[in-house]
Amino acid sequence: MKALRKYLDKIKPNFEEGGKLSMLRSFFEGMETFLFVSSETSKSGVHIHDSIDAKRTMTAVIIALVPALLFGMYNTGYQHYLAIGETPGFLMTFVYGLLAVLPIIAVSYIVGLGIEFTVAQWKKEEIQEGFLVSGILIPLIVPVDTPLWMIAVATAFAVIFAKEVFGGTGYNIFNVALVTRAFLFFAYPSAMSGDSVFVRTAGTFGIGTGTVVDGYSGATPLGQVNVAANDAIGSFQAVDILGHPLSTWDMFIGLIPGSIGETSVAAILIGAVILLFTGVASWKTMLSVFVGGAFTAAVFNLVGSTVAMSITPLDHLLLGGFAFGAVFMATDPVTSARTETGKYIFGFLVGVMAIVIRTLNPGYPEGMMLAILLMNIFAPLIDYYVVESNIKRRLKRAVTK
Amino acid sequence: MAKVIKIKKGLDIHLKGKASGVLLTGKDSDTYAIVPGSYDGIVPKVVAKAGDKVKAGSVLMTDKNRPEIKFVSPVSGEVTAVNRGEKRKVQSIVVKPDAVIEYEAFGEKELSSLTPAEIKESILNAGMWPLIRQRPYDIVASTVDEPRDIFVSTVYSAPLAPDFGFIVKNREADFQAGLDALSKLTAGKVYVGVKKDCGASWEGVEIVEVEGPHPAGNVSVLINHTKPVNKGETVWTINPDDVIVIGRLFTKGIADFSRLVLLSGSETTERGYIKAIAGCTIRSLVDGKLLEGKEALRIISGNVLTGKKVGKDDYLYAYDNQVTVIPEGDNTHEFFGWATPGMGKFSVSRTFLSWLSGKNKEYVIDARIRGGKRAMIMSNEYDKVFPLDIYPEFLLKAIIAFDIDKMENLGIYEVAPEDFALCEFVDTSKIEIQKIVRDGLNLLHKEMN
Repeated sequence: MKALRKYLDKIKPNFEEGGKLSMLRSFFEGMETFLFVSSETSKSGVHIHDSIDAKRTMTAVIIALVPALLFGMYNTGYQHYLAIGETPGFLMTFVYGLLAVLPIIAVSYIVGLGIEFTVAQWKKEEIQEGFLVSGILIPLIVPVDTPLWMIAVATAFAVIFAKEVFGGTGYNIFNVALVTRAFLFFAYPSAMSGDSVFVRTAGTFGIGTGTVVDGYSGATPLGQVNVAANDAIGSFQAVDILGHPLSTWDMFIGLIPGSIGETSVAAILIGAVILLFTGVASWKTMLSVFVGGAFTAAVFNLVGSTVAMSITPLDHLLLGGFAFGAVFMATDPVTSARTETGKYIFGFLVGVMAIVIRTLNPGYPEGMMLAILLMNIFAPLIDYYVVESNIKRRLKRAVTK
Repeated sequence: MAKVIKIKKGLDIHLKGKASGVLLTGKDSDTYAIVPGSYDGIVPKVVAKAGDKVKAGSVLMTDKNRPEIKFVSPVSGEVTAVNRGEKRKVQSIVVKPDAVIEYEAFGEKELSSLTPAEIKESILNAGMWPLIRQRPYDIVASTVDEPRDIFVSTVYSAPLAPDFGFIVKNREADFQAGLDALSKLTAGKVYVGVKKDCGASWEGVEIVEVEGPHPAGNVSVLINHTKPVNKGETVWTINPDDVIVIGRLFTKGIADFSRLVLLSGSETTERGYIKAIAGCTIRSLVDGKLLEGKEALRIISGNVLTGKKVGKDDYLYAYDNQVTVIPEGDNTHEFFGWATPGMGKFSVSRTFLSWLSGKNKEYVIDARIRGGKRAMIMSNEYDKVFPLDIYPEFLLKAIIAFDIDKMENLGIYEVAPEDFALCEFVDTSKIEIQKIVRDGLNLLHKEMN
């Protein structure tokens, strides 16, 4: 380690302004701070600092995403082999999923980090860690059969136009990963919905080839709701890809078709526990999203005039991207409300909007994505009114003294 | 029954190197100095020249815009140098002390027979006015504005801070005299914040018990939870140690700036209180009491949150009553620091496994920033350690944008940079918050006057 440190110190001048490798300065700095915590000491203000930094925070989020990621990989393989009617064992199933998901992760990171490094170099700034999380969120919220070039285009669009033009990590208005997803959804709708994208039926790198069994349909439960929109109330039953009915427990565990990381509420809850325990995410936002969603679904149940309205609150919270959005997306501190009171309001409205969009416009199983993006716009307004109440209190105090 | 303020927001940082209540002897300070950089809101005008013979209480410097505000020599002796830096900015006025200190005689006075104007004049003449600070702006108090109230917090809650109970022992009469003098200078009240159940019985003042984690002892907490400052109002704040100094002016009739200074911190070998005179060299306080040779040390005049970095040949800053010594840490290169489990690394968040060792474990924390500077990312970090009815993040943003209306609306007049010290400590983005607040207050003061 000492030798490495010495080596870094030795080659460092090459990367500084005027050095022969100065065009790679941001890359070198990124690697240096990746390997060693900066030994810079405080020059003004407090003399001691908490050990936490942006890298550590992002690391905690990534660790929280690992259960959903691993489960997503396994489920990708599971759905595949279910579709082609084979049972190759746990390991093979996981390997298939791993091979299917890894390219998506690689594309997302290469494109996103490439842009980040370039911008950091251009603006002569340090590389910011924000994309480390976005880069893993993106693969988790897309269907497994999304073409890689689409992911590349969408990621580039989101990083440049949703983040860098605003000034980089911490200044963005919209959640970067969700903008990527929204871009995909609106630019390539045929590749993002329907019943052929959520389950990979073809082989991956030559393994798992086969033909789908009879009776197969790759529609997600929310997709099925959409199709059943005009059926009689009460007749709807969500089924898996072979047509077997799904129980609430199945939906909770998550061996059902859907975007890669969003299906397993169990895995997402493990992530939620990590985020809340480490203090990285706000329980206020998280809880409020669930409360808002359950409340709205219950209200629609009372009306109950369509199939979509009759889905129980519990099913709503378990299906689609609801739980994933509530835990990992709505709690993004940069794009969510920043005041504590604001977080309750923000979270509640995200939950409400998600179910409203799902229910009243059943062509949009992506209700959660749209709800969070919509509330991202309103977050500053919510904060404005919360802060305004503090200002009013102060002015009142001055008058009535 | 005294009013009780109980705060929950805040953070006690347990550092290694706590001092106990013992008295140490310091070395003689070979020089004393007035450091204009100690004071906010003044423009120094030096009136002494090198070679002048002075007594303790003789004027060395005044405020250019308010010549009635004088800064006096803390000891008798000979002015040896007026050190200037860039743009001829005065850095220090140095006095070489006599073997026995001679005092300028201001005369013992019976406080009850003095008018407020006479008290004010005595304090000004003895060079003690700069000890009084005012809100808004947290600067040396204006001599024109009447203070609505005066606030004194006797609770030192910062990490490794001294105990006022120890400092005031045998100086009770001086402290009471100081409070008496101050209470004549305001039409309002003198509020004194005290530790819960400390049995303090100061007379003629409003006692308020304060309880909770740091920054419970900050005077802002006392103000905000009793009578917050509104726009157009002025209140004064003064450290209790300095109340003793002012009290002595009336009980003894001399400008005696001696005080107890606490030496503590993980890199000290001896810890305790040292009797010193304001303006003494840091060397006189720390010589022979440091763990030297192992690695670079950071010596701080003041506490680890709000103090200033000093060298041994620098001088104790005017308002400070403690010197803290911690490792500098500039030679520590932590490998994969963001990925290690992090036992033994202090953090408010539980992203480090150090939470396993409990809240009362004492840590050695060096002066490293431990991360790169970023834009504000996390929310609610500041609020958790900011026990005032103010939104720190939004106020800070208003200061950065220098939106005067917004700053006023969000409570800029109620705060001092020290209130943001814990925000700066916990900040994931490593923003220099106290500096932003200090610069903002200075700029606002300039704009408004």
